[in-house]
Amino acid sequence: MEVVDIDARAAKLGINWSQVNFDSIQLPPGEDFGIESDDEAVYHDDQSEFDTGFGNIIVVDHLPVVPKEKFEKLEGVVKKIYNQLGVIKENGLWMPVDPDTKMTLGYCFIEFNTPQEAQNAKEKSHGYKLDKSHIFAVNMFDDFDRLMNVREEWEPPQARPYVPGENLQKWLTDDKARDQLVIRSGPDTEVYWNDARQKKPEPVHKRPYWTESYVQWSPLGTYLVTLHKQGAAVWGGADTFTRLMRYQHSMVKLVDFSPGEKYLVTYHSQEPSNPRDASKVEIKVFDVRTGRMMRDFKGSADEFSIGGPGGVAGASWPVFRWAGGKDDKYFAKLSKNTISVYETETFSLIDKKSMKVDNVVDICWSPTDSILSLFVPEQGGGNQPAKVALVQIPSKVELRQKNLFSVSDCKMYWQSSGEYLAVKVDRYTKTKKSTYSGFELFRIKERDIPIEVLELDNKNDKIIAFAWEPKGHRFAVIHGDQPRPDVSFYSMKTTQNTGRVSKLATLKAKQANALFWSPTGKYIILAGLKGFNGQLEFFNVDELETMATAEHFMATDIEWDPTGRYVATAVTSVHEMENGFTIWSFNGIVIYRILKDHFFQLAWRPRPPSFLTAEKEEEIAKNLKKYSKKYEAEDQDVSLLLSEQDREKRKALKDEWEKWVMQWKALHEEEKLARQNLRDGEVSDVEEDEYEAKEVEFEDLIDVTEEIVQESM
Amino acid sequence: MTMECVNPEGLRLDARQLCMHISCMLNLAQIQNSSHQTLETRMTPILMKGHERPLTFLRYNRDGDLLFSCAKDHTPTLWLAHNGERLGTYRGHNGAVSCCDVSRDSSRLITGSADQTAKLWDVKSGKQLFTFNFGSSARSVDFSVGDHLAVITTDHFMGVSSAIHVKRIAEDPQDQVGDSVLVLQSPDGKKKINRAVWGPLNQTIVSGGEDTVIRIWDTETGKLLKQSDVEVGHKEAITSLCKAADDSHFLTGSHDKTAKLWDMRSLTLIKSYTTVVPVNAVAMSPLLNHVVLGGGQDASAVTTTDHRAGKFEAKFYDTILEEEIGGVKGHFGPINALAFNPDGKSFSSGGEDGYVRLHHFDSNYFNIKI
Repeated sequence: MEVVDIDARAAKLGINWSQVNFDSIQLPPGEDFGIESDDEAVYHDDQSEFDTGFGNIIVVDHLPVVPKEKFEKLEGVVKKIYNQLGVIKENGLWMPVDPDTKMTLGYCFIEFNTPQEAQNAKEKSHGYKLDKSHIFAVNMFDDFDRLMNVREEWEPPQARPYVPGENLQKWLTDDKARDQLVIRSGPDTEVYWNDARQKKPEPVHKRPYWTESYVQWSPLGTYLVTLHKQGAAVWGGADTFTRLMRYQHSMVKLVDFSPGEKYLVTYHSQEPSNPRDASKVEIKVFDVRTGRMMRDFKGSADEFSIGGPGGVAGASWPVFRWAGGKDDKYFAKLSKNTISVYETETFSLIDKKSMKVDNVVDICWSPTDSILSLFVPEQGGGNQPAKVALVQIPSKVELRQKNLFSVSDCKMYWQSSGEYLAVKVDRYTKTKKSTYSGFELFRIKERDIPIEVLELDNKNDKIIAFAWEPKGHRFAVIHGDQPRPDVSFYSMKTTQNTGRVSKLATLKAKQANALFWSPTGKYIILAGLKGFNGQLEFFNVDELETMATAEHFMATDIEWDPTGRYVATAVTSVHEMENGFTIWSFNGIVIYRILKDHFFQLAWRPRPPSFLTAEKEEEIAKNLKKYSKKYEAEDQDVSLLLSEQDREKRKALKDEWEKWVMQWKALHEEEKLARQNLRDGEVSDVEEDEYEAKEVEFEDLIDVTEEIVQESM
Repeated sequence: MTMECVNPEGLRLDARQLCMHISCMLNLAQIQNSSHQTLETRMTPILMKGHERPLTFLRYNRDGDLLFSCAKDHTPTLWLAHNGERLGTYRGHNGAVSCCDVSRDSSRLITGSADQTAKLWDVKSGKQLFTFNFGSSARSVDFSVGDHLAVITTDHFMGVSSAIHVKRIAEDPQDQVGDSVLVLQSPDGKKKINRAVWGPLNQTIVSGGEDTVIRIWDTETGKLLKQSDVEVGHKEAITSLCKAADDSHFLTGSHDKTAKLWDMRSLTLIKSYTTVVPVNAVAMSPLLNHVVLGGGQDASAVTTTDHRAGKFEAKFYDTILEEEIGGVKGHFGPINALAFNPDGKSFSSGGEDGYVRLHHFDSNYFNIKI
């Protein structure tokens, strides 16, 4: 309940807060203070754990009916059977006897030490053949009531009426084609429309304490996942964000979606009590829509990493890397000397076994195909060369491999449509004292996967950043020495050289250390984050020209919206000051700025890939003028309306202010005499009309110039 | 084609005149250009270096020809308000001076200091006339309408809680006594009262301080009449308070990075100005609908970041629209004090850096339209 509500309620009930002594209030005992939670989940969880307390008792039916003389013998047999399956409590076996005939009734109760043992005994001994006519029917005591109520006749189950779910894709149907973004600042998590026309964000949903650590969009933007003590939850829907599903995983730390957002991977690790031990890791894979846990993995952190400095408390996230494409078919895990590839049909290893690759340190999926690239460093002091290989899944066939010599490190970069793979190779110089970098470029879609070696013009340049153009054939590299490195653009195919990589341009001495391509390619932001205080250069790679240079002082994060129309730069709470974000147009014009203290996170809501075919897109691009006309008219209307509204707002504010001023003037006039008395009769009020602003224009004659124009004939 | 320059008076322009002319031209050019320019491009401030420690308070006299400055060094200083010439200092305090006020006829000065005294001075001669002794630092001083009373706030210290004292100021310094006419105890005695001023007709006292609440007290009975609403009020310590010339409204600045404009009689919140740094000082233009906020990153954190991060700017806002108009940069520490000349044609700012910067507005300023 909001504070306002409480106050209103109190006023209604006639409670004066100042008279309430809060210390004297004694809350009813119990964790819920006697108030039942309306959250069903709390209820359910409790029930499942503390049922009636007879969970460790089973009922064994279809025992032989024996007279008193044979009672002990039968008892001995039953005890013998069930002692193998669990520890029966002392006096835990009770076989009732008919008081008239002194015959047993053909059943008995057995109490075990634990419910687990009882469960186990039930499962193992149900259907046990004592002899031909006596086949045990074993049930849990707790189930008995339920079983007794089962009707004798079978009833067809009633089909539940179909309740149409909310349209989870509704945000895509926004008639202004805006994008959404989520921000976290202070305790609040807010979702906004980025309304560039109105030059401000339009709130969609706001909730304080929505998540306990961070939020994340699913890769296609359908869900927003929040993290809680009890587990993760996904939110989405048509208008407001409603909770769609929950995934129980206590103390969940990290989450990851499969690329087609069918599965959610949750991660939890526990610091070991003994610092020498590895931390305990628990990973669960859920089906996003049904909420069912598909598989869980438990173990020490060593099993989920390759050792060395990991990302989060031992294991580097994401532990499971998903194969590209929307099918969510495979995911892979890298651990020491092994690559385990799972498939999602059965959630088990492909061919029931992992791939053994000695010393593998890095794997990387193609973003579109089920091809895994892996890197194995040099071994045996250089006797065995380092290796980069491409492996087809599920066949595990090696498509291509390349041996590399005197390598210190490798990094693999896939181009977003899976056409190219760039491997940045750091090699030792001959003296082994320093390293230099080069690239191995794989053309995946071509026959035999040709490899090309690219070296920078100056071999000794350090490579600071590398980025592929999304969906394109170009890449950008920042190389050279800080503080003013160079930026180069390369293309995998130009009109002259279709099969060769060629350099497009080098920009000298840029204040940049990070590259941000627009998701549609063509435009790139050369950003100088951290040490460069947020220098931004908006660059058009088609024309090779700078569109704008700007600065978002102290900027820490840059993110393009999914359409490549706008870009957000943010200062998050790693800095104390200036927290907030700025929205820019793709060409570097500030649209608006928002300042928020304790700003933690900004994330654009991703969009699923377009349904338009490439031909259709081309056609639209060709006839852009025709289509854009309508939108330009709309834009103009909005801007007219805005200025109109603005004028009205200003007028209202001015009027309101005038009212105050009039009131003050009147009061001031009223009090004139009293004031005069206070000032011992000095006529005082001269200050008001003494000064007034006058516009005075004056011209200075500075000099006179005479020009003699000679016509030269 | 030949060109000849002829001076209309037949004289050579000397260098100085030339400069004047050029600056004239520049100004004119700017007027034609646009009215949307930051103020900084148009003014050359006068830098007044007289204090050795951070400034705490600035005060013009009613005629606007004198400027009094207080600083953490022990000597309040008097300057000529039009050219920044130093006229003299008031020696006698033995601690940081936090506030001052000058009487309407510019004859008396009252100062409050951390040496646990407030002193009355003869403005002209610089002589001490009287010393009020307290058990703790005097934080703020203000003469009443008619200058017969003064309100002085004191900090909490060694079990003494912070309080507001009202002293009678005698016509003749010989008759001056140190007794308080009225003492108001703040509800939260552990928090400093950073400023207290007289309300209309001396009937009320308005106070604000570290407990974030603005209070209006009755000066007759000493009763608390009103206090600011928690919802709309400041969220962090109130650092400064400045009232309009006609005592009808006042402006408060706070560490919560806002300044708020209140009606002085009803304590209604009228306007709120949001900036990006803690506000240490506020001022209202007596001439135009402008308010100025000064502040900056906390002094202790200044050296850790780039100087631009500190935002040591005096920010101008449109009083009515609550929109930022421009900023005046220059200080290399937070701004602690701001004051408008009563004629509204100049203002001065005092910084943590120990400088007073005196700015005369040029004609552009008066033509700003937003």
